[in-house]
Amino acid sequence: MATPASVRVLEMQMLLLKRIWKTNLTLSFLQPLLFFLGMGLGVGSLVNDRPSSAEALGGIPYASFLGPGLLATTAMLTAAGESLWPVLGGFKWDGTYEAMAATRLTAAQVVRGQFLWLGVRMGIAVGGVAIVLAVHPDTRSWGIAPAVAAAMLCGLVFTAWITAWAASREYDTSFSNVQRLVITPLFLFGGAFYPVDSLPDVLRPIAWVTPLWHGVEMCRGFMLHTLGGVDLALHTLVLVAWLIPGWILCDRFFAKRLYR
Amino acid sequence: MKRFGDFEAVKGIDIDVSPGESFGFLGPNGAGKSSTMRMIAAVSPVSEGVLRIFGLDPAHDGSAIRNRLGVVPQADNLDGELTPLDNLIIYGRYFDIPRSECIARARELLDFVQLSDRSAGRVDSLSGGMKRRLTIARGLMNRPEMLLLDEPTTGLDPQARHVLWDRLYRLKQQGVTLVLTTHYMDEAEQLCDRLVVMDAGRIAAEGSPRELITRYSTREVLELRFGAGQNADQESSLIGIGERLEVLADRVLVYADDGEAALREVHNRGLQPESSLVRRSSLEDVFLRLTGRSLEE
Ligand SMILES: Nc1ncnc2c1ncn2[C@@H]1O[C@H](COP(=O)(O)OP(=O)(O)O)[C@@H](O)[C@H]1O
Ligand SMILES: [Mg+2]
Repeated sequence: MATPASVRVLEMQMLLLKRIWKTNLTLSFLQPLLFFLGMGLGVGSLVNDRPSSAEALGGIPYASFLGPGLLATTAMLTAAGESLWPVLGGFKWDGTYEAMAATRLTAAQVVRGQFLWLGVRMGIAVGGVAIVLAVHPDTRSWGIAPAVAAAMLCGLVFTAWITAWAASREYDTSFSNVQRLVITPLFLFGGAFYPVDSLPDVLRPIAWVTPLWHGVEMCRGFMLHTLGGVDLALHTLVLVAWLIPGWILCDRFFAKRLYR
Repeated sequence: MKRFGDFEAVKGIDIDVSPGESFGFLGPNGAGKSSTMRMIAAVSPVSEGVLRIFGLDPAHDGSAIRNRLGVVPQADNLDGELTPLDNLIIYGRYFDIPRSECIARARELLDFVQLSDRSAGRVDSLSGGMKRRLTIARGLMNRPEMLLLDEPTTGLDPQARHVLWDRLYRLKQQGVTLVLTTHYMDEAEQLCDRLVVMDAGRIAAEGSPRELITRYSTREVLELRFGAGQNADQESSLIGIGERLEVLADRVLVYADDGEAALREVHNRGLQPESSLVRRSSLEDVFLRLTGRSLEE
C-alpha cells in the first residue's frame, strides 16, 4: 500500500531527530517549565494580590492566564526556529531538497513533508508545555487537548509564512531581523502575558490581526472553558485565512527553486 | 535551449539516445553540460525547443520521468550525518518503494559499489571516491532505465576513477542506458558508445570516439617540445610535415598518420627538439581541432 509522500519525506527528518531527541526532549520540558515557573509564580505573586490586576485577568490566578498562552507562543517560536535556517540550508547547504527534487516527489509533496516535520517538532515542544500545565493545579484542565490542537494550527500559520520567506531568500542576512522584528514583538504583544485590552487603544487592532493573538485566545478559551462557538469559528477562520496564502507561497517558491 | 535571464547557457542541441546506449557529453567547464543534464533529469524547465524523455514531456510528466531515472549530480548531495545504508533507504522511500524492499536493494547496491563494510558509519567519514560510488548506488535504488551521471569522476584520484569506471562498465553490460558528462577524454573513450563534443552551449561534433578521431584527426600525433618560448618560432620550419600543425604554448603537435616518418622528416630538416613523442590520436585532439582550445585548461 502506498504511503503518502509527505510521510515519506518525514521519515528522513525523523532519522535525523533520532540523533538529537534526547537533548531536544529535555529542552522541550525544561524551557517551558522554567518559563512557566519564573513568570507564573514570579509575576503571579505581584499580580494576584492587586485587586485591579486580578480584575483585568477576569478573576483568575496569573498562572491560569499565562499557561494557555504559552502553548501558542511555544508553537510559534518552534516554527520560527525550525523554518528559517533549516529551510534555507535544505536548499543551499545540505542539498536535502535537491536530492528530493530529483526523485518522483513533487514540490508540493516536499512542502507537505516539511510541514509535517514541523508538526512533529511543534508537537514535541507544545506537548512539553502541556505536560507542565497538566501538572500545575492552576492550569489543570480538560481543555488542554483542544488547546494543543489550536496552538498547532497557530504554529502551522507561522511555519507556512516563515518557510515561504526562507525558501525565497538567497542569503540568511534577514533572518535574525525576522526573529527580532517580527517574532519577538508578536511574542510580547500577542496577548500571552497580559490581556491586549491593557495595551493603548492604537495597538490593540494590531494584535487582533496577528495570528498569534488568535491562537492565544483559542488556547485560553479552551482551557478556561470560556470559548463560545462564534469566537471559536472566528479565530479558526482567521488562522485558516492566514494559513492558505502562506501555504500557496510555499508551494510556489519551492517549485521555483527546485525546478529552475 | 536553456536561458538564465539573458544568458544562453545551452544554445542549441539536437540529440537522440537509444535504450541501452551509453552516451556522453564531452566539453570544458561552462560548456553547458550540467544545464543540459538538469533538463534531461526533468529538474530544469526547457527555455525553448522540444525535449522528450521516454517519450514524455518533462513540462507535464516530470514526476513520472524522474520515477524512471537515476541521477548522479555533479556535486554530491548525500546526507552526511546519516549512514550510507540510511541514505539509500531514505532515497528509495522517496520513490514509494516499500521499506523492506528498500533495505534489500540498499544492501545489494552497497555490495555492488563495494561499500558493504562501510554501511554503518557516517557518510561524512567516506572518501570522495566512496561518496561518488554511494551516490551512484543511490541513483540505482529505483532500478532506473537510464542513469544520468554529471562528471562522475571529476576530482577523484586515478585509482578511485578506475574503480568507478569498472562499476559503470558493469552497469552498461547489464543494459542500463548511461548518459554522462565529462571533461576527461579518456573517460569518454572508455565509457561512451557515442558522444557529442560540446562547447559554449553548442554541439561541435557527434559520433563514436573512433569515428570522431578518424574524422577530425590523423591516426597518430607527433608531439615536439622545443623548450620554453621557442615552440612558436619553429612553426615555419615544420610546415609540410604531416597533415596539420597545432602550436601550443609548451609543445607543437604534428598530425600525421605515420608519426615515426614525420619525426624522421623533422630530423632530416636538421631540427633538434628537446623531446619528441609519437602517440595515437585522442579525443583531446578532436576537441583541439574543433575549438582551437585544450579541454583541460
Ligand atoms: N543557475 C544558473 N544561473 C545563471 N547562470 C548559470 C546557472 N547555471 C549555469 N549557469 C551558466 O551557464 C553556463 C553553463 O554552465 P554549466 O551547464 O554548469 O556548464 P558545465 O556543466 O559544462 O560546466 C556557465 O556559464 C554557467 O555560469
Ligand atoms: Mg557541470
